[in-house]
Amino acid sequence: MRRFLRPGHDPVRERLKRDLFQFNKTVEHGFPHQPSALGYSPFLRLMAIGTRSGAIKLYGAPGVEFMGLHEENNTVMQIHFIPDQCQLVTLLDDNSLHLWSLKQHGGASELREEHRFTLKGPPGSPPSATQVTAVLPHSSREVLYLGTESGNIFVVELPSFRVLEDRTITPEAVLQRIPEDNCNRRSCELVEALREHPKNPDQILIGYSRGLIVLWDLQNNKATHHFLGSQQLENLYWQRDGSKFISCHYDGSYSQWPVSSDNRQSEPLENTVPYGPFPCKAISKIYWQTTKNGLPYIIFQGGMPRASYGDRHSISVIHGSQQTAFDFTSRVIDFFIIFSSDPAAEFDDPSALVVLAEEELVVIDLKSAGWPAVHPPYLASLHCSAITCSHHVSNIPLKLWERIISAGSKQNIHYSSMPWPIDGGTNIAPDPPQRDLLLTGHEDGTVRFWDASGVCLHLLYKLSTVRVFLTDADPNDNMNTLGEEEWPPLRKVGTFDPYSDDPRLGIQKIYLCKYSGYLAVAGTAGQVLVMELNDEDAEHVVDHAEADLLQDQEGYRWKGHEKLKTRDGPVRFEAGFQPFVLVQCQPPAVVTSLALHSEWKLVAFGTSHGFGLFDHQQKRLVFVKCTLHPSDQLALEGPLSRVKSLKKSLRQSFRRIRRSRVSSRKRRGAGGNASEVQEANAKFDQDVLQEMELAPVQRKIEARSAEDSFTGFVRTLYFADTFLRDSSRHCPSLWAGTNGGTVYAFCLRVPPAERRMDEPVRAEQAKEIQLMHRAPVVGILVLDGRSTPLPEPLEVAHDLSKSPDMQGSHQLLVVSEEQFKVFTLPKVSSKLKLKLTALEGCRVRKVTVANFGSCKTDDYSENDLAVLTNLGDIQIISLPFLKLQIRYPCIRKEDVSGIASCVFTKYGQGFYLISPSEFERFSLSTKWLVEPRCIVDMPEVTSNNHVHKSDTENAARKS
Amino acid sequence: EFRRFSLERSKPGKFEEFYGLLQHVHKIPNVDVLVGYTDIHGDLLPINNDDNYHKAVSTANPLLRIFIQRKEDADYSAFGTDTMTRKKNVLSNVLRPDNHKKKPHIVISMPQDFRPVSSIIDVDILPETHRRVRLYKYGTDKPLGFYIRDGSSVRVTPHGLEKVPGIFISRLVPGGLAQSTGLLAVNDEVLEVNGIEVSGKSLDQVTDMMIANSRNLIITVRPANQRNNVVRNSRTSGSSGQSTESSLPSSTPNILGSLLQGEEESDEEDIIIEDSGEPQQIPKAAPASESIESLSQIELLHESSQNGFLPSSEMNLNHSAGSISMEYEVPEPGRKSLEEDGTIITL
Repeated sequence: MRRFLRPGHDPVRERLKRDLFQFNKTVEHGFPHQPSALGYSPFLRLMAIGTRSGAIKLYGAPGVEFMGLHEENNTVMQIHFIPDQCQLVTLLDDNSLHLWSLKQHGGASELREEHRFTLKGPPGSPPSATQVTAVLPHSSREVLYLGTESGNIFVVELPSFRVLEDRTITPEAVLQRIPEDNCNRRSCELVEALREHPKNPDQILIGYSRGLIVLWDLQNNKATHHFLGSQQLENLYWQRDGSKFISCHYDGSYSQWPVSSDNRQSEPLENTVPYGPFPCKAISKIYWQTTKNGLPYIIFQGGMPRASYGDRHSISVIHGSQQTAFDFTSRVIDFFIIFSSDPAAEFDDPSALVVLAEEELVVIDLKSAGWPAVHPPYLASLHCSAITCSHHVSNIPLKLWERIISAGSKQNIHYSSMPWPIDGGTNIAPDPPQRDLLLTGHEDGTVRFWDASGVCLHLLYKLSTVRVFLTDADPNDNMNTLGEEEWPPLRKVGTFDPYSDDPRLGIQKIYLCKYSGYLAVAGTAGQVLVMELNDEDAEHVVDHAEADLLQDQEGYRWKGHEKLKTRDGPVRFEAGFQPFVLVQCQPPAVVTSLALHSEWKLVAFGTSHGFGLFDHQQKRLVFVKCTLHPSDQLALEGPLSRVKSLKKSLRQSFRRIRRSRVSSRKRRGAGGNASEVQEANAKFDQDVLQEMELAPVQRKIEARSAEDSFTGFVRTLYFADTFLRDSSRHCPSLWAGTNGGTVYAFCLRVPPAERRMDEPVRAEQAKEIQLMHRAPVVGILVLDGRSTPLPEPLEVAHDLSKSPDMQGSHQLLVVSEEQFKVFTLPKVSSKLKLKLTALEGCRVRKVTVANFGSCKTDDYSENDLAVLTNLGDIQIISLPFLKLQIRYPCIRKEDVSGIASCVFTKYGQGFYLISPSEFERFSLSTKWLVEPRCIVDMPEVTSNNHVHKSDTENAARKS
Repeated sequence: EFRRFSLERSKPGKFEEFYGLLQHVHKIPNVDVLVGYTDIHGDLLPINNDDNYHKAVSTANPLLRIFIQRKEDADYSAFGTDTMTRKKNVLSNVLRPDNHKKKPHIVISMPQDFRPVSSIIDVDILPETHRRVRLYKYGTDKPLGFYIRDGSSVRVTPHGLEKVPGIFISRLVPGGLAQSTGLLAVNDEVLEVNGIEVSGKSLDQVTDMMIANSRNLIITVRPANQRNNVVRNSRTSGSSGQSTESSLPSSTPNILGSLLQGEEESDEEDIIIEDSGEPQQIPKAAPASESIESLSQIELLHESSQNGFLPSSEMNLNHSAGSISMEYEVPEPGRKSLEEDGTIITL
């Protein structure tokens, strides 16, 4: 009868929907993908990171975050804050400049692009004439000096970006004052660095690429000093008092030059090659920081001996006799030093070194002995080992939260206790309403616990499962223990380590019971670990069981990887989650589904071959069920055969690329035989075209059959206390759904608590439902008599949920990739359904029950299904009537890994990976919204006549 | 009236012999009868030659139910798909009040010998250049057997002719259902899938839609070859707006009707195996009104079958139901029952 009802135009419901649902992408967690530029404002105490996709992100105190995106999607090359302003300028690789500003709007600050500008040369000049290489925002805040490839320095007015042509500093003007014998026009090609004098804003230091350095007087428009370096110049740095400056060079050397009004000598005071005498790589950036005790900090990037350490990404810190070369696992993009920004202070007194590497942000405490790293509160490298799965747990009880934090703090003792040094802005977002955990499983066998309550995704605790197994890698292999005599004094820093010793260790499924502290983790080689939280270190034996999912079926041979070898005897575990049971599936295929029932002390796991149930109280396998279709050979061969085909397709695509390259090269070829080439090209193109016509992209239309491969693949497992056999008695049950559209239901008999150890848990298959459309079953759910989803185990015991209605009739919701179906229980008859694929052509990828509260009244909330489709759309579907409420486009449909990584929370939020290192957080709820809300106030400028310090932090980065 | 006897599965013999055997068993040597059986999908299918007789024996599971009707009274409509399981379709009853009236059957050929594998539908409401084809996919091995691809087609728009992306049939698998119908051809443009327009949908989406509807696929195509189109009289006579069929008030409900009907029929086929181990089709949890409807439908079927089947008076047995149903036991060695490959717990 439901067909006769016109689809939803009930005005009351429509109004309610507006109060319940709303889609927002709120914040990006993690580390920006492909960072390309770094900037820092000591005035605002904000850091800016630009990326290759044109994004710019500002970070201050934890919770203070801004994001902007350039329309052009071009790489951000340089970022410069305007001194003493809430403004910054970015330079993109298309040579355009953009002015961004932080403005307060509606009680919070926002980052907006104000102007854009591209430097234009006189007509007919080559593009290099205006190619910007160095940017200097002048402390007067009125002009920007732009050094170019041609050697010209253009002056641009702010904020209008008007070129002040009469003030351009041309190479000719510079050369006028310099003796001809050692300089010529070529000395002034390409401006490498521009630096304002720290005390006298009318003087700027100009460094040209070939080594010539000129101190230019802006008032009189003339060069007052010149310095001639013998080596190609990389960068410049003024000392605080303006009496000396440092230059660093391509050959790995740096020089110190004195500047005095009377002495015009152009010889350096000191010229050092810190990692000489053999040829060294360039020092691309250098800082010279003065301290009270007289010994300066010299901090520079690069300069390693070319032959043996040329591949290292290093930043060296020299302070008296102390010298350390911090060794990064990925390329260093840029770095800056946080030092005393008070212009009246006599010394720099550096406190922290902030390094942006390609894959992580590392902050080194320069105040504490040993220069320890500072634990960053944000910009965590989520991908320090590739993320293989994620699991979200909402509303963690305080007790568990504290225990996890305490376990984590024991792991973090080697971090500095220094408060986070980048602390600009004020976080005015309300405190997160509850404690949320995001658990990520990684390729290296670790599980990371993140505080996902607020805007800053913060690592709380890291769990490693490696210790249980015997692997080739020695876990005690510490990269940091280098000998005393080692030169250069390298020290590994950072956590980014993308190399996995053994891919079988990879984590595939995680389930945490927040009430009991039981954690189940399953991996690539069929391993299932059950763990318990222990606040102390402990040494114990992990109970080990094997689950043969094939049950001696004949004719099958597993061609995939071997199972992991286990460590015999007791194993030492640090405080935190400690495994006590290991179940290994046989064949050791990837675990594809996992469920844990902490009250019944049962864990269920499934692979492509079948599923099993393990009693982790008695440490006994209860049963296994093989779901394999006899004709499904592919499932047995393991992942190897798929790799082969991938290889093949890769090879083909490479061939295709190569062919297209060849053809384009041919096309470019000019000269006498052009016509010949053209002819050949035409023929080639025709061939290609023909080939394309022969094999267009086509899709086979075929009904699914039981013989399709991977039909036995267990997609979902679910525990429920419901009416499986008859309507008078309910009992524990286990439900499993497969890729072939089959749902198995097992009736469980769990002995009462007092006899729990004495009697075995029994299971009996009670039902098997074969969906005729045979689409993979992605979700199973039982609704109670009030049509509310059954609560989680122990939820009722902890008084956090109403006990389920066991009087009325229960219903079973089966979600396949194509349809949602509600069946009655205990007699299975179909009651309702919603077809998705048949009508819209999209398939369900992820589905969760989410609770939506109204933003208008506190006392109304409802449960709905949050669904992500293969097209990247999110749909909300009502329970129990399965009506589509609302649909939002969320992820691009081409972003397969983004769609695969999506997790929903229980309160209508979600996360998905927008890059290997970043989670996008989104919200479907009007009530639960975690987004940055912060204010950046202009710190008061105390006196107007004080000398503005130049914004030396934003050193021009070499392109 | 029931008879039950056994038959050697490995040597079923010829249809003629079997026919004779039936006449002998029922003691009706001179009565012409139609022989039918129910296949694994619950369809009543005819047995009238050696081939379908052998097929019938091979499907015995292990019982084979054979139905016998007297030829002159035979209700040919009893044969075909879903005949044994079809339930009352509420919607079609409401939309088509004429459904209850029994229409005289026009027997063109021998439909009783076949079951439909495809049909052209809604000819009366579609433009002549389009064709709506329905493919019936039974659980058989025969593949649907076609491929689709992206392409572009030319449309008439207010701005003149425009090239728009479209979905086309790119290949027919030899021996597949699509090819055997002769109603679909390579380069036919796909316009709709089960009543839903495909314009604006990607190739993958259309693929998914077709696969999701594969058990009852209705595709509307613009055939690449426009020479075989159905030419309607109504058009040529100039009364293009009016439909010649008076029973249809307008064309729209008919689209809905046929499509929804298809949907209903194809759907209630999920199978449940309770702990008894016997696979059953999942019934629809029926609201009260609907169950009455379905009841009446069953009665209707009974009446019609009673008309067609041998009257009991001719039989020796005193039988009120009037239909003869026999269960033939065919020995079937080595058949695995469902509970054997399953759990360690026996049911």
